[in-house]
Amino acid sequence: MSQLRVLVGCKRVIDYAVKVRVKPDKTGVVKEGVKHSMNPFDEIALEEAVRLKEKQVASEVIAVSCGPQACQETLRTALAMGADRALHVEVSGSEYEGLLPLGVAKILAALVKKEEANLVVLGKQAIDDDCNQTGQMLAALLDWPQATFASAVSVEGEGLAVTREVDGGLENVRLSLPAVVTADLRLNEPRYATLPNIMKSKKKPLAQMTPGDLGVDINPSLTVLSVEDPPVREAGSKVEDVDQLIAKLKDSGVF
Amino acid sequence: MSGYFLSEDELLLKNTVQDFADSEIAPRAAGYDESGEFPFDNFKGMSDLGLLGLTIDEEYGGSGGTFRQLAVAVEEIARACAATSTSYIAHLSLCAQFIHMWGTEGQKRQFLPTLANGEHIGAFALTEPGSGSDAGAMRTTATRSNGSYLLNGSKTFITNAPEASVFVVLATHDRNLKTRGIDALIMEGDSEGLSVNPLKGKMGMRASSIAEVVFEDCAVSEENRMGAEGEGFRETMQVLNSSRISIAAQCVGIAQAAYEAAVSHVKQREPFGQKLAELQAIQWMIADMATQIDAARLLVMRVASMRDAGMPFVKEASMAKLFASRVAVEAADKSVQMHGGSGYLAPTPAERYYRDAKVTEILRNTALVIARVSCEMG
Ligand SMILES: Cc1cc2nc3c(=O)[nH]c(=O)nc-3n(C[C@H](O)[C@H](O)[C@H](O)COP(=O)(O)OP(=O)(O)OC[C@H]3O[C@@H](n4cnc5c(N)ncnc54)[C@H](O)[C@@H]3O)c2cc1C
Repeated sequence: MSQLRVLVGCKRVIDYAVKVRVKPDKTGVVKEGVKHSMNPFDEIALEEAVRLKEKQVASEVIAVSCGPQACQETLRTALAMGADRALHVEVSGSEYEGLLPLGVAKILAALVKKEEANLVVLGKQAIDDDCNQTGQMLAALLDWPQATFASAVSVEGEGLAVTREVDGGLENVRLSLPAVVTADLRLNEPRYATLPNIMKSKKKPLAQMTPGDLGVDINPSLTVLSVEDPPVREAGSKVEDVDQLIAKLKDSGVF
Repeated sequence: MSGYFLSEDELLLKNTVQDFADSEIAPRAAGYDESGEFPFDNFKGMSDLGLLGLTIDEEYGGSGGTFRQLAVAVEEIARACAATSTSYIAHLSLCAQFIHMWGTEGQKRQFLPTLANGEHIGAFALTEPGSGSDAGAMRTTATRSNGSYLLNGSKTFITNAPEASVFVVLATHDRNLKTRGIDALIMEGDSEGLSVNPLKGKMGMRASSIAEVVFEDCAVSEENRMGAEGEGFRETMQVLNSSRISIAAQCVGIAQAAYEAAVSHVKQREPFGQKLAELQAIQWMIADMATQIDAARLLVMRVASMRDAGMPFVKEASMAKLFASRVAVEAADKSVQMHGGSGYLAPTPAERYYRDAKVTEILRNTALVIARVSCEMG
């Protein structure tokens, strides 16, 4: 089969271990001085792409990140993990606050054309906004087949065989290329970058551009009114025995 | 956190090693402390990341990294499991580094690639029952006999000895020559006449094995000597100087772990209806710890930068080691204190940090070196 040029999305998000706090003015969450890292599902997507390259199915892996200058750190990680080059689409300040999945999907669609990519692998969702939309929107914009929530990907003939994690179990699908695949948790275990690869990553190309350069309009169609903390769970109480439990449940109208 | 004085690749290394250490090494630390088994799986992971040969040149199978990168990596490993970092330091900064600095081209090609990839574990045998700080007074003899040396004597407190396939051993061919009679030799673990008696009952660093090594007419080829005859002690001093960078970074890692455990404890413990973290006495302790740890880290990064730049660094290495080991012991002590009763018992890690920290003040005590070097420099 023809060799794949794979585009991988690498979003910079607040690290999963950080306890997220809502800003006092409720416009969002506190991001300053907080540890950020690559969205874990994107790490999985990248790992899959790098494995395709190692199996010589893919000829090139291109990592993309849309966001402020600091995204270049995330892209360096991607390069150290095995991407061949990186594209940083700079979106900052209030524009970045308002960047929605549709905006990102439009940027990716433009890059797919520019780079002549024929496979896009994204995380199924980002752990900050949990949107789970970008992959689907991108497939629609490109009019490509999509396989979301992938837990296994292999090349079959001129297309891909993908196992999807769906509510009832696993679904096996076959799709023709070009295509969009989004990675679920069990697709693979991403590698750690090795020190020699970290040093080599400095020499790999990282190109910078803006949505305007790509002719993409990312004006949001949605405004965030306020971001709230989840309700605080009230303390529970202990009961002595089953009778007391039932009495309590009756009192509270559950039973 | 304090990332501004790290370069982009150092920061990336720090994050990578931290991720690895948090998810692979830290969860196993308490178990290894209890069993005292050697952490082979940690070594395997460190090998995969290219850490085992971090400061060894790429042509000998290493990663060709800098001492700043080494300091970053050691701190993160020690923060997760100090015992693993002790074995790592003995392996890389004492054994492999010795061969890298003083070995012939042939010795480097023969021994370094398998040390750098972890296939072989390395040990460094200097201390003897009768000579620790005063290493020059060693009694292990290396007697020449037809192109070989015959070793007799014993070494003690040798980290990694039970697992090691490669030993760097210091022995004297003429005690009258004092330090000028000492030679550095590379020995293989399975040499006839070399036996290893594991030592039990360590206070801390329990997963890092330690043993007595006994030589009885143990033959080693003259070709395995590093440098000229009689140069072994001078070589050793230089290797020990470099290794202080690693030990100091290890201290920072232990202190950081003790600090983090303390912070998370005082944020949730509420005696008398108020969180410990809200008490000013506790806040002072936390602020002090954080400041001391950062100061120690800066001393470590300073000496690492000097080593990387090829500048003299003996005094700065000793200062970093001296200061950082005090900070480690103090931070571990304060951490136990803030934990109260729970800090005295496993599974709270505070008691392990406390036991692990203490040895850093014993290893290669450096107050003396600083005093001597400062006087010499007048
Ligand atoms: C966990 C562990 C791992 C080790 N790993 C290794 C290893 O891999 N290889 C190896 O060769 N050795 C190793 N050692 C040995 C270690 O380097 C020595 O224990 C250390 O150098 C101290 O020597 P000593 O025990 O003989 O103490 P001594 O030299 O007897 O010193 C006792 C005390 O007196 C102090 N002291 C000594 N001389 C003076 C002086 N002139 N002025 C002021 N104070 C002084 C010392 O600082 C120390 O506090 C290890 C030790 C431990 C505990």
